[in-house]
Amino acid sequence: MITFTLNGRVVETDAPATVRLLDLIRDDFELIGTKEGCGEGECGACSVFVNNLVQNSCLIPIGSIAGANIQTIEGIIETEQFKILDESYSVAGGVQCGYCIPGMIMASAALLSKNPHPSETEIREGISGNLCRCTGYNMIVDAINLAAQKGDGIWQKK
Amino acid sequence: MKLNDISTSVPKKDHKGKVSGQLPYISDVKVENMVYGVLYRSPIAYGKISTIQLPNLPAGYEVVGSEQIPGPNYVKIIKEDQPIFASEWVNYIGEPILMLVGKELNTLYRLLNEVKIEFEEHQAIYTLEDAIYRKSESGVTMASYEFGESLEIISAIEHGAHQIIEEEYDTGYQEHVYLEPQGMLALYKDDEIIVQGSMQCLYYIKNALLSALACGEDEVRVIQSATGGGFGGKEEYPSMMACHVAVAARAVKKSVMLVYDRSEDMVVTTKRHPAKINYRTSLDKDGNILSMCVDLFLDAGANEGLSSVVLQRALLNSAGVYKIPHFHAKGFVLKTNTVPNGAFRGFGAPQSFAGIESHIGHLSKQAKIDPLEYKRKYLVKQGDPTITKGNFRDPVLMEEMIEDLLYSSDYKKKKEDFQRFNQQNQRYKKGMGTSLFLHGCGFTGSGERDHIKATVKLVKTKNDHVSLKISNSDMGQGILTTLCKIVAKELDISYEQVFYPDPDTKEVPDSGPTVASRTTMIVGKLLERAARKLKTQWLSGVEQEVEEHYIHREMIPWNEKTFTGDAYPAYSWGVNFVEVEVDTLTGNVRLEKVYANYEVGKVIDERIMKGQIDGGLAQGLAYGYLEKMTSKQGKIQQKSISDYGPPTSLDVVPIDSKVFDNPYTDGPYGAKGAGELTLIGGAPAVQSAIENALQTSFQQIPITPEVIINSLWTKEGEEG
Ligand code: FES
Ligand code: FES
Repeated sequence: MITFTLNGRVVETDAPATVRLLDLIRDDFELIGTKEGCGEGECGACSVFVNNLVQNSCLIPIGSIAGANIQTIEGIIETEQFKILDESYSVAGGVQCGYCIPGMIMASAALLSKNPHPSETEIREGISGNLCRCTGYNMIVDAINLAAQKGDGIWQKK
Repeated sequence: MKLNDISTSVPKKDHKGKVSGQLPYISDVKVENMVYGVLYRSPIAYGKISTIQLPNLPAGYEVVGSEQIPGPNYVKIIKEDQPIFASEWVNYIGEPILMLVGKELNTLYRLLNEVKIEFEEHQAIYTLEDAIYRKSESGVTMASYEFGESLEIISAIEHGAHQIIEEEYDTGYQEHVYLEPQGMLALYKDDEIIVQGSMQCLYYIKNALLSALACGEDEVRVIQSATGGGFGGKEEYPSMMACHVAVAARAVKKSVMLVYDRSEDMVVTTKRHPAKINYRTSLDKDGNILSMCVDLFLDAGANEGLSSVVLQRALLNSAGVYKIPHFHAKGFVLKTNTVPNGAFRGFGAPQSFAGIESHIGHLSKQAKIDPLEYKRKYLVKQGDPTITKGNFRDPVLMEEMIEDLLYSSDYKKKKEDFQRFNQQNQRYKKGMGTSLFLHGCGFTGSGERDHIKATVKLVKTKNDHVSLKISNSDMGQGILTTLCKIVAKELDISYEQVFYPDPDTKEVPDSGPTVASRTTMIVGKLLERAARKLKTQWLSGVEQEVEEHYIHREMIPWNEKTFTGDAYPAYSWGVNFVEVEVDTLTGNVRLEKVYANYEVGKVIDERIMKGQIDGGLAQGLAYGYLEKMTSKQGKIQQKSISDYGPPTSLDVVPIDSKVFDNPYTDGPYGAKGAGELTLIGGAPAVQSAIENALQTSFQQIPITPEVIINSLWTKEGEEG
């Protein structure tokens, strides 16, 4: 039995330790916001927070998350930070097919929490592990920049 | 919200669901009694199946193959050459032979490993070169077309010419890498199979299912679910997956889900056709073009699929945006025993534009004129004939668009600066390149009139909400928003009152596939007309319905046999300028600046258009220097995203873009197509920039670091 915190709730599972965190989240907990784009740690669509650090959940066997604090996109939807990102992505036009977007939002939130006023290069580096095939990234970069401006002061508090 | 100017951006209809991740894509769907399918695929490129040995299947696990297909065993596209499940011959590595279905994916994969199939192997054709060499053998040439100036006249011209330049140009595969892998679900009911999934063309799938299941109209139904990118990759390929899940659902009487993982998707799904293009151009003593012959070969892979139509578009663009005297072209679709190639944003045009822009650039060197200057001498103008004796009847704004970029990029000064920089720097070299291009909007020739015959419907409810009933897919390009805007504006009601439910063939007429840059221009125009009709009949508080059908504007009639007439009703146009820095030690290319001007009639939503520009250009640029896919002995070598190398956020730079207004009468609010156009100029511009930086010529894309290093070595060798 593995116990961990998922979106603020303590949960447990008796799934085998080798099961990928991605599958556990999606299949057992029915949280569909975490997407699978590659299954090999190359696209970032499956990004979640593990103890506040953004990670690819397709690479994490659940055996390694006992006691950890896991947050998925569903766990941050109610936050002020998400609202700012939501609005910024809309205004900047950062969303096309949407498949990369939950992962991008997680990466954006992680970046801004660490660095509330990133430069363009820092933004590009911050999302370089997240593949987007539709937008060519520029409007996502704009969205994050906008979120940094609009959310001045909110990124640090956790 | 009332819309004043149609171009002003509005919040996208699907924004909330996508940003929160709560909009379900097909792999997010689970239904009762659902089983998964996995495919056993041919491990050999060409041969005959001799024996099949199946493992003992546990209860609840079944095998589905060609015997379970109620109808004929092919995927209905154009030709009947693509089996749903190969039953006798296999023609490429990865061709589906049978499907195992059952509850647990892990068990299915284990069982898949235990399937034993023996083959009698035959000599395969692995490469396009080989196919060209063998093109007169039976079955190798799948389609061919030839048109233009007579060869006798050309040979007479060549006779008197000062010089004849021959070049051979190669373009590689391009893989879509839509971020959502292909997925399809068949919901089983006693009297109906509902196929739901990631797709661009609902009625292509429906027609394929009607044939495969040999059933009646009301026994199958196709519903598009949220589609995580398509780029053409979800044009014809999903028809095969739909046949797989539907046949399986019928056979096992359960709902069947088939979702590819990334490596499967990369290895077995369609890609952009690799091409070889030969140019033979005669010049006078000043380097002016006297005549040009183009021979174009497309690698179809193992099935014809849509390749003949791709070849048509490739040929129609073989002279680029130029008026070339005495032009002749011919093209071939050739079979190889490799994964079938298919639709990809641009549909044959990116290969042709890469080739012709490269060739014209090289000719300018013969004439000792700046490439852009040289290109402008041949630029088509309004009223000029097309290479198929059609007509460019609408205003052409290319000169204005070029002038604008010359100014904003400071082209002349930049080029001088770069030259100075390059003289002073050993390792890094800077260069500037340009591309000029167009895209014919809609289906080629009379396709809209004869094959598609689009119909759209608008349905109004008692509370005056209006729904679009059309079969087109939003795959990220934004038509949920743009098409609703057109209807709202025309009806003069608020944007929020207009809805675009997930297309479902039970509810919507066939408004055609979501391809060929036709959706805004053709479907949008029909919706505009339907809205206008509804407006005149509008009765508040009453349910109402209107329908509109495609009307063909007769121009110079298209003749597919002679390849003459107006190939397209209208053209969208573009100009790209690209600045690069090349590291001559590593061969790495870094984009420094990208400028892009486009003319698409009228922009329906500025923000969405910018999204198309940025995304399309990123793909187009990467096609020229980053993305490389190869096949060896019939096997795709790049099985993962990083092996293949699509651009990350670090590869792209901000794009300085502008869109010129030039309203087109037969488009809604004057709009023409835009989705494919944005990709086309990327590769040729990046090639000419690299050539400018290194003062050399390339005859291929992608120009990878390896290609650059090789060329530098060769150059060094030559210079001694
Ligand atoms: S699915 Fe995990 S990184 Fe792509
Ligand atoms: S929006 Fe489609 S992959 Fe990013």
